[in-house]
Amino acid sequence: MIERALKGSPKYWGWVFFLLAVISVGFMCYLYQLKNGLGITGMSRDISWGVYIAQFTYFVGVAAGAVMLVIPKYLHHYQKYAKIVVFGEFIAIAAVTMCLLFIIVDIGQPMRMLNVLLHPTPHSMLFYDMIVLNGYLAINIIVGYNTLLADKKGLPCPGWVKPFIYLSIPWAISIHTVTAFLYAGVPGRHLWLTAVMAPRFLASAFAAGPSLLIMLLLFVQKVSKFRVDPEAIQSVAKTVCYAMIVNVFLMFMEFFTAYYSHIPGHIAPLEYLFFGLHGHDSLVGFMRFSMLAGFVGIGILLVPALRRQNGWLIAGVASVFIATLIDKGVGLVIGGFIPNPFETITEYSATMPEIMIAISIWAVGALVLTILYKLALSVREEQQIA
Amino acid sequence: MSMDRREFLKAAGLSAVAGLGAKGAFDLFMPGDVDASEHEGHSEHGEGHGGVAEAGPKVRLAMAIDVLQLKDHSKVDKIRAACDNAHNIPHWDSKDDEIKWIWEDEYEHVFPDTHNEYLADEVRELPFLLMCNHCDDPPCARVCPVEATFKRPDGIVAQDYHRCIGCRFCMAACPYGSRSFNWFDPRIPLKAEGRKLNPRFPTRMRGVVEKCNFCVERLAEGKKPACVEACPDVMIFGNLADPNSNIRKVLRERVSLRRKLELGTKPSVFYLV
Repeated sequence: MIERALKGSPKYWGWVFFLLAVISVGFMCYLYQLKNGLGITGMSRDISWGVYIAQFTYFVGVAAGAVMLVIPKYLHHYQKYAKIVVFGEFIAIAAVTMCLLFIIVDIGQPMRMLNVLLHPTPHSMLFYDMIVLNGYLAINIIVGYNTLLADKKGLPCPGWVKPFIYLSIPWAISIHTVTAFLYAGVPGRHLWLTAVMAPRFLASAFAAGPSLLIMLLLFVQKVSKFRVDPEAIQSVAKTVCYAMIVNVFLMFMEFFTAYYSHIPGHIAPLEYLFFGLHGHDSLVGFMRFSMLAGFVGIGILLVPALRRQNGWLIAGVASVFIATLIDKGVGLVIGGFIPNPFETITEYSATMPEIMIAISIWAVGALVLTILYKLALSVREEQQIA
Repeated sequence: MSMDRREFLKAAGLSAVAGLGAKGAFDLFMPGDVDASEHEGHSEHGEGHGGVAEAGPKVRLAMAIDVLQLKDHSKVDKIRAACDNAHNIPHWDSKDDEIKWIWEDEYEHVFPDTHNEYLADEVRELPFLLMCNHCDDPPCARVCPVEATFKRPDGIVAQDYHRCIGCRFCMAACPYGSRSFNWFDPRIPLKAEGRKLNPRFPTRMRGVVEKCNFCVERLAEGKKPACVEACPDVMIFGNLADPNSNIRKVLRERVSLRRKLELGTKPSVFYLV
């Protein structure tokens, strides 16, 4: 089946080579970082995690989002998802690949990475994160590949794959819960020390992952003969809308607790992110834009007349995707470090090589996704002819 | 005085008998209690890597800092210089890249949770020395995925620079801002400054986290921590588990503060005011 990725139009190859070019530029930047140290990034003693870990966190969510198709299809036998669930699983594979790369580029001594296996440490949440992320990658490869292969042969999905499909459901929840625990379990970082961190992570994940899926499904219908039932896309869009409402609701819980209790430590990071703290406000524009985009996205997706038009639908899910990307992929991590343990403020801005490395990891994700979608589309096109 | 002359000489003698091993350190703080030192010395080499405190440890190393003595600011500089030299700590120009083991800050930043705008001027202006708190329940050791940072049976929160993968989870977890990461190669500024290096302590490489280690390497040789040696009237080091130790005496007599007690980490650094 893999050989089908090698047969494509000039446009397909142009896109693949474009991604390879971006990846090679990012790889050069990574070599530069490897030679000089993480000091080439915008991170500092006070802001010790930056865009790498923030993006890692966001894409764990995107990966977990696939479960929003797996549950209706396999637990509720919602057959409209039968043809598109594999596209969700392939997003998960690409997203987890990106997560693992974001971790690798973030650590100071990548050559010692396998110390995590050599000295397994069950009291560290990173230990569990390693297990659940790699496990989720394996599960989605097994399930995605085998269900697609069965479709290609025109056979039902083999029985031995079923347990993996069911396992993928709690496993998807686990990857984002454990990732939330990385933050929610450390003392002294007020923005992170909240019991709704994991629920909020899941809500934003179930909004972000399916948003990306809708954009991609609308796109692949333009470049292939594969046609998706519009009702299936509408169902996914409703999922995005509800999940985003829950996400925004939980965010307001955070605001209420902080501002009504008047506890300065709880207010400070929110103040920094949304209003500026002691004259420091480099993220305020982004965070307000994120909040606005979230409301716009919900507004569009809530109104059936708008949601049914592809132009509005794309605007709606793109708004949700960007809103969650800024909120979780930037604000959450940086906001946790501000103010620092001495109640002073050090700000963070990513450097060019750092941004290039992050973009090249996006390109790796896009490349993995392109190849996997190529396989899936070729099988689906054959099915449609037959 | 952190330790009287007799106590020190006795400990030094015991250390000489025991040889220059980790055992020496325990003898130093537990004069006369050789059985206990055997036990602790043994567990130090054994499996005691897990950071779990035994019920009622016989050694619980801690530091009391007499902040009032620091009105004489030259002592701050002396202490910092002693630590820098003992541990080959590089000096970076940028605040972002700084490596800090022991440094000064004001009351307002050291105790932000108990900050009081009507604080006495005298206290407000004092230089408080900040360092790793060697917590009894250290969040950094809890989150480290490779046990590169861990609590020893004597209470020291140690850091293994050769195992650390540089994930910086410990820096996010430490509520005291006590940890520094080598964003660049620390040997570059050391070389540029032309500093005389201490050959008895390793320089680090880039990409690993470091912090105050209560001079564990000097304790192993039966010496006092470098800051204690520099200003014994300011830095009072000893065994909290021994009711007769100097640190326990001074904590009984003076008012002391600890940072962010509400987090339950139980810091082992006390500020005498």
